[in-house]
Amino acid sequence: MVDQLLNLLPDLGKAFFETFQMVGISLSMALLFGVPIALILFITDRGLFWENTGFHTFAGVLVNIIGSIPFVILLVILLPLTQRIVKTTIGPLAASVSLSVAAIVFYARLAEASLREVDKGVIEAATAMGASMPQIITQVLLVEALPGLIRGFTVTAISLIGYSAMAGIVGGGGVGDLAIRYGYYRYQMDVMAVTVTLLIILVQLIQTTGDFTAKKTDKA
Amino acid sequence: MIKFEDISITFTAKQNTVRAVSHVSFEVNRGEIFGIVGKSGAGKSTLLRTVNLLEKPCGGKVYVDGVDITTLNKHSVRKLRQKIGMIFQHYNLIHTKTVYENVSFPMKISGKNAHEISKKVPELLGIVGLSDKAQVYPSQLSGGQKQRVGIARALANDSQLLLCDEPTSALDLETTQSILELIRDINKKYGITVLLISHEMDVIKSICGRVAVMSKGAVVELDDVFAIFSKPQHEVTRQLVSHSLNLEIPEGVLQNIKGKLVKVIYSGSSALNPVLANVVRKYPGDINILHGRIDYINNQPIGILLINVNGKNHYVNNIINYLKRTTAAVEVIYG
Repeated sequence: MVDQLLNLLPDLGKAFFETFQMVGISLSMALLFGVPIALILFITDRGLFWENTGFHTFAGVLVNIIGSIPFVILLVILLPLTQRIVKTTIGPLAASVSLSVAAIVFYARLAEASLREVDKGVIEAATAMGASMPQIITQVLLVEALPGLIRGFTVTAISLIGYSAMAGIVGGGGVGDLAIRYGYYRYQMDVMAVTVTLLIILVQLIQTTGDFTAKKTDKA
Repeated sequence: MIKFEDISITFTAKQNTVRAVSHVSFEVNRGEIFGIVGKSGAGKSTLLRTVNLLEKPCGGKVYVDGVDITTLNKHSVRKLRQKIGMIFQHYNLIHTKTVYENVSFPMKISGKNAHEISKKVPELLGIVGLSDKAQVYPSQLSGGQKQRVGIARALANDSQLLLCDEPTSALDLETTQSILELIRDINKKYGITVLLISHEMDVIKSICGRVAVMSKGAVVELDDVFAIFSKPQHEVTRQLVSHSLNLEIPEGVLQNIKGKLVKVIYSGSSALNPVLANVVRKYPGDINILHGRIDYINNQPIGILLINVNGKNHYVNNIINYLKRTTAAVEVIYG
């Protein structure tokens, strides 16, 4: 058993690296594009600075459509796009493309919800002080929403670890894929148990770090 | 300082058009504390928000310092807002910023440098009595302290005008008085014009010089506070005043009253004359005092008595006529 696990170590290390790669890339994309999308969804809503009901509805529906496609399907649908961006459809980098798309819309909705939680009165106060929209967004809205944004980010990270298990379909690898290949296909229950335990620890670690950071920024 | 000229504001929500403010015109003078009072939904808050264009009037003009602000472009509106302080019922402080950061925020917005900020903020915190709370977050403060931070923040850009939107409605009685005192001090010390709205006559009474009474979007009465209290003209004003003076008599007592129940208001010089003693001496008839109080508004005494006048009709009428001649206002409210 110990031997077997030791044999597994290189594979496990590689799998973890792949998972971090996929989750890292898609999380960065979620942050880079998800937050702006959330901001656009938020400020184009009724009664806010850039009220534009038509655009708001369009963007909302688009986000919902992508969000409601099962990830496995999304993975396949986006293969042409993946081919264009990373010149291959196989491997962790290729898997990161569809993971990123999923992460962006997933996080955009969560981030939008935390922006909505920001006290409207505070925004009104900033407006009354003569703050410009960029000032309100960067110095009030995002700052006030930060604890919620961090919590949403934690949830996104954890969901992505789950999604990344499906990346095995396009040869993405990763810890989840390892668990499926060894544990499910080869009936190596011990290997599956080890990888699943490691995944639980990883998820717990992310959750705890996320909660801690959110709590630290939350002054309400 | 502020001049409203035929302001009208309508809201449309789902085919329903609501006229929140209709044809309001009046002026607020430099350096005064001007109140707008009215029940909720009277349009006072909407009207107040036109002064910094948080609400854009559908018709009419608002002048601040002689400038018609309804025609300003976006940039000028922001510049204007930076010069007008505003405090809110729910304080609206930025929760994730410390007291210091909250107060310095408007200065940052208007492009003040770090040196100016580090000089001004402690001074402002000193004025509102929160020097020791600079590094504290709003959630650790009491309601009164939060409003003090709000006031410091409103003064940060040396505003000459302070808009107060129900500043004490979320506070208890004692804290309300201390916040009102602070506003009065600031008004006196720095000559800042204050436009305050409230649904409570008590707040208006203890701080304002003049007051506009609003009902259903219109100003129904405008006068100095003392006059409003001593001679309320409009029905809404009367309700607000009598509620504030707490002159309601229990139903049970009312039912047992014989003769007439008369409200007598003394003000100014008549407050000092022994009117009732004269009545008793002059006319046969019974007088019974049911309720009475003296208030001071802007240091002027105003006395209110509820008296029961009983006797032959002829005498009762004579007594009431005599009271009408010798006091500020007489109103038969029962019988």
